[in-house]
Amino acid sequence: MTKFTTEDVHYFANFAKIAFSDQEAEVFSEIISELVEFGDALKEVDTDNIEPMTHPLQMFNVLREDVPQDVLDRDEMLASVKEHEDGMIKVPNIL
Amino acid sequence: MNFETIVGLEVHVELKTDTKIFSPAPSHYGAEPNMNIHVYDLAYPGTLPTLNKRAVDFGMKASLALNCEVAKVMNFDRKHYFYPDNPSAYQTSQDKRPVGQNGWIEIEVEGKKKKIRIERVHLEEDAGKLTHSDNGYSLVDLNRQGTPLIEIVTEADIRSPEEAYAFLEKLKAIIQYTGVSDVRMEEGSLRCDANISLRPFGQEEFGTKTELKNLNSFNFVRRGIANEVERQEKILLSGGEIQQETRRYDEATGQTVLMRIKGSANDYRFINDPDLPEIHIDKEWVDRVRAEIPELPDARKARYVNELDLPEYDAHVLTLTKEMSDFFDATVEAGAEAKLASNWLMGEVSAYLNAEQKELHDTALTPEGLSSMIKLIEDGTISSKIAKKVFKELIENGGNAADIVKEKGLVQISDEGTLRTIVTEILDANEQSIEDFKNGKDRAVGFLVGQVMKATKGQANPPLVNKILLEEINKR
Repeated sequence: MTKFTTEDVHYFANFAKIAFSDQEAEVFSEIISELVEFGDALKEVDTDNIEPMTHPLQMFNVLREDVPQDVLDRDEMLASVKEHEDGMIKVPNIL
Repeated sequence: MNFETIVGLEVHVELKTDTKIFSPAPSHYGAEPNMNIHVYDLAYPGTLPTLNKRAVDFGMKASLALNCEVAKVMNFDRKHYFYPDNPSAYQTSQDKRPVGQNGWIEIEVEGKKKKIRIERVHLEEDAGKLTHSDNGYSLVDLNRQGTPLIEIVTEADIRSPEEAYAFLEKLKAIIQYTGVSDVRMEEGSLRCDANISLRPFGQEEFGTKTELKNLNSFNFVRRGIANEVERQEKILLSGGEIQQETRRYDEATGQTVLMRIKGSANDYRFINDPDLPEIHIDKEWVDRVRAEIPELPDARKARYVNELDLPEYDAHVLTLTKEMSDFFDATVEAGAEAKLASNWLMGEVSAYLNAEQKELHDTALTPEGLSSMIKLIEDGTISSKIAKKVFKELIENGGNAADIVKEKGLVQISDEGTLRTIVTEILDANEQSIEDFKNGKDRAVGFLVGQVMKATKGQANPPLVNKILLEEINKR
């Protein structure tokens, strides 16, 4: 069985910008390990020579013509952001 | 110990579509901040992507022009990262099944031809633009978010800064000819990162590589790589180890500067994008796109050399941009002699464009105008000196050379009688020069020719003036 460790929890939580306490990580480690174990059942299946499925729907080539439309009104957009300046969205400096 | 330079390039090219790749917002450059936005670009909940057909066509077209195999089935993948330049927190890109694979282009450095292999060409979306301020804030403009891009990844086949330069020059020309992008580095529609490593000559295995960013011109690519090679060489020779890191080229100092250390490989957690169904590309689709690709630079070059007898050098320079090459073709089409047309385009025209920081389409010069002037030079109506005056008028105000010559009275004086009268007057006024000439001072003739040219405002036919002058002097 595959163990999803507390280190794994912290590793992935970091990508999602979620902070977990060690205690919480412990709890999620247990829960996720169970889920992974459930998925492990698939390893029993012989998948040699089977193309991986990339999409659940059997549809393809859904394309749009290159014609501009439905542009969002800037004022309407800016009305829903916390802060803006010169038509641009103001965010905390990251780097 | 001697080291071999190993370089691979990643080039991003913005596609010149009217709308974004996954939303119908306009995608042109230079709009007011946040005016070209669709709800999808902001990743509003419940919004779905719609794939731009032309972006796929353009990706295929670029792939074909770069000798790639086009995918029969492709899909899009999400590449996750957090940064305010992309509200969805993932870039929609292509991971395992890119639009093009296994291509190549041929470059020439110091007379040697070489193929640089292209590993892949994939379609993806660009991110928005951040303006950083000092007060702890950044300003986000999402106009660029969703602009279609192709990323072109080479194999590590490049062995010198010069080869990197030649590759980019050729790549730019090919892409520009296909018309899928403006490929302007200064507007960001062509961007380049370089992966650089060294290995002792003879060693099979690659050394640790660094990634070099912020290369904003082809010259900076060349200098940046050269500088990074030098830096790595110094470290290796002193027994040190290269760290896998991302470095930035500093234009002011010409040095590369550490940006960040790459610890473990980035974990982008690629997944298939469930909102974008697969794309199946059949032969008919490929054939239709292939048929739209115009004659590419190499084919044109060969045609100029083989059919028009131009030197290799001329053919190379003329085909660097499609605009220059199209202009040349049209000038020859309009009746100009090919080598003369080439001389004018590479000489006076290019000098004017460089001095004025303009491109051909910014000027009033037309292929018909240039051709009309070249024809007047060929049939002796104007001298090459007068042609320079006519040229200035043509490139600044346009029109036809014959009209300008007539209007400004610039026709070359080739009438023997008229010239003989003028020559006689000049000789009468310069007895001393005749004396000097007869005493062996050949320079005196040059002075007399100059006097005749001055008297005719430069319009006298120079060889004819020479001939008549000598005849008249000998009579005295």
